[in-house]
Parts: sequence; C-alpha cells; structure tokens
Amino acid sequence: MKTILVVGNGMVGYKFCEKFVAKEESKQFKLIVFGEEPRPAYDRVHLSEFFENQDAKALEMAPAEWYAENGIELIVDERVADIDRTNKTITTAKDRAFSYDYLVLATGSSAFVPPIKGVEKEGVFVYRTIEDLEGMLAYAAKIKAKNPNAKAAVLGGGLLGLEAGKAVMDMGLEPHIVEFAPKLMPRQLDSRSSQVLQLKLESIGLNIHLSKATNQILGDDGYITGMEFGEDDVLDVEMLVVSAGIRPRDELGKNSGLEVGVRGGIVVDNKMKTSDSNIYAIGEIALYNQMIYGLVAPGYDMAGIAVEQILGKADALMPASIDMSTKLKLIGVDVASFGEPFMPASKGHSIIFENKTQHLYKRINVSLDGKKLLGGILVGDASDYSMLHQIFLNGMAIPEDPAQLILPAGEGGGSFGDVMDLPDKAQICSCENVTKGQICGTIESGESKDLADVVSCTKAGTGCGGCKPMVKDLTEATLKSLGIEVKDSICEHFDLNRQDLYKIIQIKGYKTFNEVLDNHGNGGHGCELCKPVVASLMASINADTANKEYAIQDSNDRFLANIQRNGTYSVVPRVPGGEITPDKLIALGEIAKKYDLYTKVTGGVRIDLFGATLNQLPLIWKDLIDHGFESGHAYGKSLRTVKTCVGSTWCRYGMAESVSFGIELENRYRGIRAPHKIKGGVSGCIRECAEARGKDFGLIAVEGGWNLYLGGNGGATPRHAELFAEQIDNETVIKYIDRYLMFYMRTAKPLQRTAAWQERLEGGLDYLKEVIIDDKLGIAEDLENEMQTLVNKFECEWTQAINDPEMMKRFNHFVNSEEEDDNLVFVPLREQKMPEKWV
Amino acid sequence: MTIVSDKYKTVKPEEVAVWFKAAPVTAFPKDGGACVKYKDLQIAVFNFERLNTWYACQNLSPEKQEMVLSRGMIGDHKGIPMVACPLHKKTFSLENGENLNSDLDPIAVYPIKIEDDFVYVGFSE
Ligand SMILES: Cc1cc2nc3c(=O)[nH]c(=O)nc-3n(C[C@H](O)[C@H](O)[C@H](O)COP(=O)(O)OP(=O)(O)OC[C@H]3O[C@@H](n4cnc5c(N)ncnc54)[C@H](O)[C@@H]3O)c2cc1C
Ligand code: SF4
Ligand code: SF4
Ligand code: FES
Repeated sequence: MKTILVVGNGMVGYKFCEKFVAKEESKQFKLIVFGEEPRPAYDRVHLSEFFENQDAKALEMAPAEWYAENGIELIVDERVADIDRTNKTITTAKDRAFSYDYLVLATGSSAFVPPIKGVEKEGVFVYRTIEDLEGMLAYAAKIKAKNPNAKAAVLGGGLLGLEAGKAVMDMGLEPHIVEFAPKLMPRQLDSRSSQVLQLKLESIGLNIHLSKATNQILGDDGYITGMEFGEDDVLDVEMLVVSAGIRPRDELGKNSGLEVGVRGGIVVDNKMKTSDSNIYAIGEIALYNQMIYGLVAPGYDMAGIAVEQILGKADALMPASIDMSTKLKLIGVDVASFGEPFMPASKGHSIIFENKTQHLYKRINVSLDGKKLLGGILVGDASDYSMLHQIFLNGMAIPEDPAQLILPAGEGGGSFGDVMDLPDKAQICSCENVTKGQICGTIESGESKDLADVVSCTKAGTGCGGCKPMVKDLTEATLKSLGIEVKDSICEHFDLNRQDLYKIIQIKGYKTFNEVLDNHGNGGHGCELCKPVVASLMASINADTANKEYAIQDSNDRFLANIQRNGTYSVVPRVPGGEITPDKLIALGEIAKKYDLYTKVTGGVRIDLFGATLNQLPLIWKDLIDHGFESGHAYGKSLRTVKTCVGSTWCRYGMAESVSFGIELENRYRGIRAPHKIKGGVSGCIRECAEARGKDFGLIAVEGGWNLYLGGNGGATPRHAELFAEQIDNETVIKYIDRYLMFYMRTAKPLQRTAAWQERLEGGLDYLKEVIIDDKLGIAEDLENEMQTLVNKFECEWTQAINDPEMMKRFNHFVNSEEEDDNLVFVPLREQKMPEKWV
Repeated sequence: MTIVSDKYKTVKPEEVAVWFKAAPVTAFPKDGGACVKYKDLQIAVFNFERLNTWYACQNLSPEKQEMVLSRGMIGDHKGIPMVACPLHKKTFSLENGENLNSDLDPIAVYPIKIEDDFVYVGFSE
C-alpha cells in the first residue's frame, strides 16, 4: 500500500481528500493529513460569518469524524517542519517522522504584513483564521468598553479589506479603510467604478482614505493608538486589521530545495507537480503560470488534477487560462468584475453606464467586431453578473446593440439572456465544477425533483454560493420544460398553495372541507396535510371554532387538548398576561388534585395539567369553566400567551403598565386560528424581563410609548423580532398588530411561523412597513376589519362543546362502552405521576 | 410493558366467525373514526363517507403501542384509503394495514358490514 501525505488541512487540502476518497482506486492508498491549525478544515471564504454566531462548527468543511469514516488519518495542531526528499520522509514540529510515496503540499498562504514601523503593537490583527477573529472580537470588546466611539482601521482596500471593514463596522467600531492605491479594489475596478463604490460604502458608514502610505503605527505602552501617513497626517485608531495581500507558505519548499518563485510560491506544472516528481502543490501555495491564485475555485480544480495524476490519469491537466472573475459578498453592496475588466481601446470597445446618484456603475467590454463579450465591471447592482459571466465564459453571441446587456429593464435592456440558452457545457458552479448539462440532467433523469435534490446530487452551490441564483433559475426552468409545475401546493390533493386556498375560501364562502375539495381538489379524499390547513383557513376566515367538523381538525384541535405521548391529554386554561388571583390558583390546584393530574408551569408561564383521559376532558373543563376559566388554546395553531413583566404597577423601573396591556392584547387575539402558533410579550422597560423580542409580536415600553418588534420566535431556529415602529401609543400598536397578523394569516405557508414568513418576505422589513404603516397595497382597512370581525366573534370553544350534547359525543374512548382506555399505565414521579416509558 | 400487539391479527372476510354489533352508524363522525370495544380488543372504526365505505383496524399504534388510531385523520395517499396516527402522523392503509410512509409493521384490519343502520365488525373468534 502506498502512502500519500497531505500537508495543510485548509480548504484545498480538504478538497483533495474529498475528491480522492470518492475514487474507487483510493482504497489502495493510505492517506494522512497534517494541519497546523487546532481544528479540521473550515470554510475560510465564509470566515466573516463567524462574527454573526461565533459558531466554528458551522464553518467546518466536514466534521472530524468524516476523515475517520473515510479511512483518512487527520492530525491537527501539528505543523510539518521539514521534508527529507532523499529518504521521502517528513518530520513534524513534534518531532515525529512519516514516510511518503507522494507528498501533497496544500499549505496555503498567510496574510502579508508589510514591514511598517510599529506593526507589532497590540491591537494589530490579520484576517485569516478563526483564531484571528476571536482575537479581534475580544480586543474590540475591550476597547469599546473603554470608549464606545472607538475607531478601527483596515489597511488595504481590496476585496478582503472591504470585507474586513464591514466586519469591523458590525463589531460596533467606527470603520476606516486605508488604501495605498488611488482606488478601491485596484485589481478588479477601474477608477470610475471605484468612485461609485466609494460613494456607496461611505453612504453605509465606511470611511475611505485613498492614496495613503502608512509611515508608522503609533502607540502607547505597546498598544496601537493611531496611524501616521505624513508629518501632520495622522488617523487615531485603537485597532488595525492588516489586509495587504497574501504570502504563500512556501518555507517547506524553500528548505527542501524545491523550485520556488521570486516572490514566493512553489512552482508547479499543469499536472500540479513540483520540481520533485513525487511532490505536488495545490491551492494558494502553488505558483502556476507564474501566478498565485487567491481564490478557492482554481484551488479546487488543482486538487482534482492532483488526484487524477496520482491515480495515473496522465491526460488530466490544468487549463492554461484561469477565470478570475469575482463577486464581492459584502452584504448590502453589489460589486463584481469578470473577464478583462480594464481593456485597452486597441482590443475592443467599452460601454459604460453610470448613475452616481443611485451608486450604480456598469461597464462591459466587447470585441472590436461587437460580437463577443470580453469582460466587465458591475457596481451597485450585480444581478446581471451570473448571466454576463456565462456569456463571457462560453463566448456566446451578444445582441447587436450590446448596451441592452446592461441597460436597466424598461430602457431597452433587461430581457436578454435566458439561462436555458446557455450551452450544456457551460460551467455554472465554478467551485464544484458543475455544468448546466449536469444540473439539467439530474432533473431530466428523475434523480432530482427540486432545488434541494439538485444541490445534494451535484454539489452545485455548496462552495462560495455565488452560483445559487442561477442554479435555482436553471432548476425551475428545467422542471417547467418537463411540464412539472413548480408550485408550493399544500399536498397531493390540491394544486394550490395556502394563499390561493385562502382567497378561494374567502370569495366563495365555503363552509365545509368537502365543498373545497370537490370544487378545487384533484379528485382525492384529502389527507392529514390538507385537512388541518382547510380547517385552519375556515377558522381564520369565518371565525369557526374547532368544534365544527372535528374530523378534519389536527390531532390536538380535534379534542381541544394537547395529546401526550401515551394518548392522554393535557389541559391549559387561559391566564391572560400571566395574572391570576389566589382563588383561581387554588381552584386550579383543587381540580388537578381531583383528577390526579400531573401539574407543571409551562414555558409560556401558564399551568398545564397532564394525564387527562379523553373521557375526563369535559368533566375537567366543566369544573374549570365553573371557576371562571376559559380555553387557553394551547392545542391550537393560534395565540398562546402574551407574556408580561410586572411593569410600572410594581416594578421600580417600569415605564408603562405592561400587564394591563398584555391582558388586553391576549384577550383581543385569543382563539384566532393562524398558520402556526403565535406568542406575544410585553416588557415594562428596556430591561426586557418578558423576553418580548423572542415573540411573534413584542412590545417594550420606552419614553413616549411602545417600541414594537415583529417576527421573533424561540423553538428550533430562534430569531429575534425586528424593530418595526418606535414610540407608538396603545391604539397604534393594536392597529399595527391587527394588520400584521392578518397579513401573515393571509399569505404564509402552512405551519410557517411569523419569523420564517417575515424572513422570506420579498422586500423584507421595509416592504412590511410599506404594507402595514404606509398601506402601500391599500388593504390596511380590510385587514383591520377582518381582524375586528374575528375578535367580535370569539367564543370559548370548550364552553361551546360542553353545552352541546352532539359535540360532546366525541369525548368517549369507546362508542359502545363507558369504560376508559385500559391500556394506560402510570408510574410515580416526584410525588406526582407520569406515563410508563415507551418500549 | 406488555406487548399487546400480538392480540391483533387481520381478519379476512371469509374468516369471519362472529359479526359483532358495535354501534349505530350515527355514533361515528363522517369521514372520521371512533373506537369500538370487543372483549379485550380496541378496534378503530372509520366511516369513510366520501367512498361510501367503512373500515376497521386495530386502535393500537404499532409505532408507540398507544391506543390512538381511531382519533387519527383519514383520507387517501395516492388513492389508497389511509389513517394517519395522531401521535406522529404515520400513515396506514385502511385496506391492508400497510404502513405507507415508513417501514413500520402493518396493522391488523377487520371487515365491516352495515345492517339496519348498525355497524358490525367481523372477528374470527
Ligand atoms: C476572509 C477571507 C475571505 C475570502 N473570500 C473568498 C471568496 O469570496 N472567494 C474566493 O474564491 N476566495 C476567498 N478567499 C480566499 C480563500 O479562502 C483561499 O483561496 C483558500 O482558503 C485557499 O485554500 P488553501 O487550502 O490553499 O489554503 P488555506 O485555506 O490557507 O489552508 C492552508 C492550511 O495549511 C496549514 N499549514 C500551512 N503550513 C503548514 C505546515 N507546514 N504543516 C501543517 N499545516 C500547515 C495552514 O495552517 C492552513 O490551515 C477568502 C479568504 C479570506 C481569508
Ligand atoms: S422589563 Fe423593566 S419594567 Fe418589566 S420587570 Fe423588568 S425591569 Fe421591571
Ligand atoms: S422541546 Fe421537544 S420534548 Fe420538549 S415539549 Fe417541546 S417537543 Fe416535547
Ligand atoms: S460557484 Fe461557488 S458554489 Fe457554485
């Protein structure tokens, strides 16, 4: 068995492993990977996402177990220190030796730190590894605690520098970008586009300093305090991120006498072989065509070539020209350049569209005969990037008037270039090297039925993610060409989505499931998916309770209680705002005792009584209702609780009566059926004791009124509610929540919480404000009226049920016996009881 | 816990020895079910009105050994009449008891006849 050692477990080193083990022949090799970093390879391209959640695991290319499962030995936290080419062995920094048949160098690059005086000071960082980011976060927190208006600079206005600038801004520091060249992103942009980009970046709060050569880093007691450019030209900053380029980690190559480039990098040929035929170099360490390619896509291609070469496929060669097109993934700013961005007039013509007021710049370069696209630059709106890039890559014909390619739609441009016009060999995902033919093929063969299938079958879109919009378009267009309609229909019985059904039921005034199914279904008989959806819609539209047509209600709604794991139920009466009198609390206790119910305070601060049999439910509820309780709808896709803090009635910080308002809101929206459950929260001041921002609607009392937050939730994917309106009075709060909930009820998908709905709403929060505050769609009055009708029609469904013998029939375990379920077994638990464990 | 599922065996129409008179048809919801007690058995009986057919199966969910299937929603999957367990929405064919959406054991099904507005369930003993 032959041994391959891979030095460097970065993105490209990992990709080599992935591509290698995918080959049948790989079984005849032993693969050992060395990584100097303390963790397995992670997605450096998306490094900035670490700031959002500080979740290093989420960035992993594959978990550590993956290597073991694929027969790869992964050794992290151990640098390879030396290569002995004669004996074909390596030695690590921990003085362990390993021998190899093939050696693959994937040591990448490190950040280049120019030799500026004082650059070693505390507070100067580079932007390359998770550890760098952790250091930046800790340092930023420290300086911010001392000075909330602290400034930070980024040295370097290139692709990475701008990304770092955004990160610094998100950390709450005043961001400054310092660039030596007279323009931003000097490798990708011309001067005019750089100016437009500068305007745009300044408008979002980044300060840009061009043509600045840094003489020294100023400091005090070893900590950075500023940057000096000229004699009187100083920028006070307390932190600096150096992003001035990269330097290949070629020390192993140099020490062992491999051929290296003058400015670094280990020289390789188009087989990825170094000057030693048993040693390969790939990724950001490899000097190919006298270039280091600082992008993942070429690195991944190199990994693929090295795999093939080691397995003996001599004809697998790296292409001579490598596409360096790039799109900046800065949130909120579109920048892209492709092909030949700056072109001398002798080679072709440029067409430029500029609109500085809108921060827009588009340039395309076409060949002298006007037939081919040679390259271009997009700033402010890069939505055409994917298509233009493809036209360029595939040498596709362009319109007679090439201006159409970049003119805004409606001004003679727009519609040119349909994804389906691309040739099959067009490479859609450059990271994973997936062609249009492969994407369409997996759908045409039936292997993939939707976008998720396409992504998992082809891996397209799993790298930088830049190709995702195009993969989606292609998937949809292919499905459509096969006559498969791309619809989010609710189930096999309807070709309609929830929103369509909502409109239909509202307009036609249907009252039963069968009416809807017979008139708009596909001829089937319904199922566990569509029945509850229709039931919920009829409830949302007609204020029906779940007692009507109980056989189409979801498991819990059918018996107005939450089914538990042994088939018994739990009972939760409403306690609006969490306020309860001692007498009512005693009554609850008495009732729980009478029926021997396990009792617990719920996460929504109500009292939950567990272990009720079907037969007991009406008896328990009769007792509860006699004591002044009503249904808490804990079983429904409807309002659960409005959680409140005690507010100004008791709390010494309170600014408003949060309990009173919470009770009012809970009573207003109780019983209303929605696509999913809804929770509210009201806090009396910004200390936020009611956790209102974790709710679908949340209020926080501030000077001059309430701040309203919308679209939060806990659960499997927690999300903070977004600030929607500030300092509004009670009446306005109710108006906005009425409109919001009703709009959500009309348009969400089945079982979609407000958070997910809001997140996917086209136009986002701004659009929501336009609809709800500015009434852009002219529906605000309808929404309010519909909500008011629901509020007026509220009826406690448990009171309704126990007063109607027909409705009561369902609360018997047997139709032919008064007996209860004889299969139930309870066991003791801390002075109460619980169901016997599942087998 | 005792395994009760052994008590439930599918009965074919030709194997019926006892027609048990369970309850009047009005005791069952339209396009829904209710539970019938026969000896120590619990049988879920469904009035599939849209098909003008009645079905019966064990009330026991084979996944979790709880007596709940009669409280499940009915309908069809690709034309096969089915019941969905209220606990985790596992679906079972009402015609042959087969589990339609994962690989659980099939449930037992029983013949039904309607006479003089009464529902009878067929048992082999
Ligand atoms: C913030 C940021 C954003 C980026 N954005 C993009 C982008 O949008 N698009 C794009 O295409 N590219 C982007 N890049 C560049 C991209 O991340 C690199 O091209 C890619 O990571 C190179 O992969 P690599 O495996 O060659 O090197 P690396 O990922 O650097 O991996 C090399 C690994 O080898 C280890 N190593 C080095 N020497 C030794 C040794 N002697 N022994 C053991 N281990 C060793 C290193 O510690 C490192 O873990 C970005 C980079 C950064 C930092
Ligand atoms: S949120 Fe404010 S008002 Fe409410 S309990 Fe906490 S501190 Fe008091
Ligand atoms: S978190 Fe899980 S186990 Fe706990 S109540 Fe919710 S669903 Fe049940
Ligand atoms: S191009 Fe990067 S993921 Fe497809």
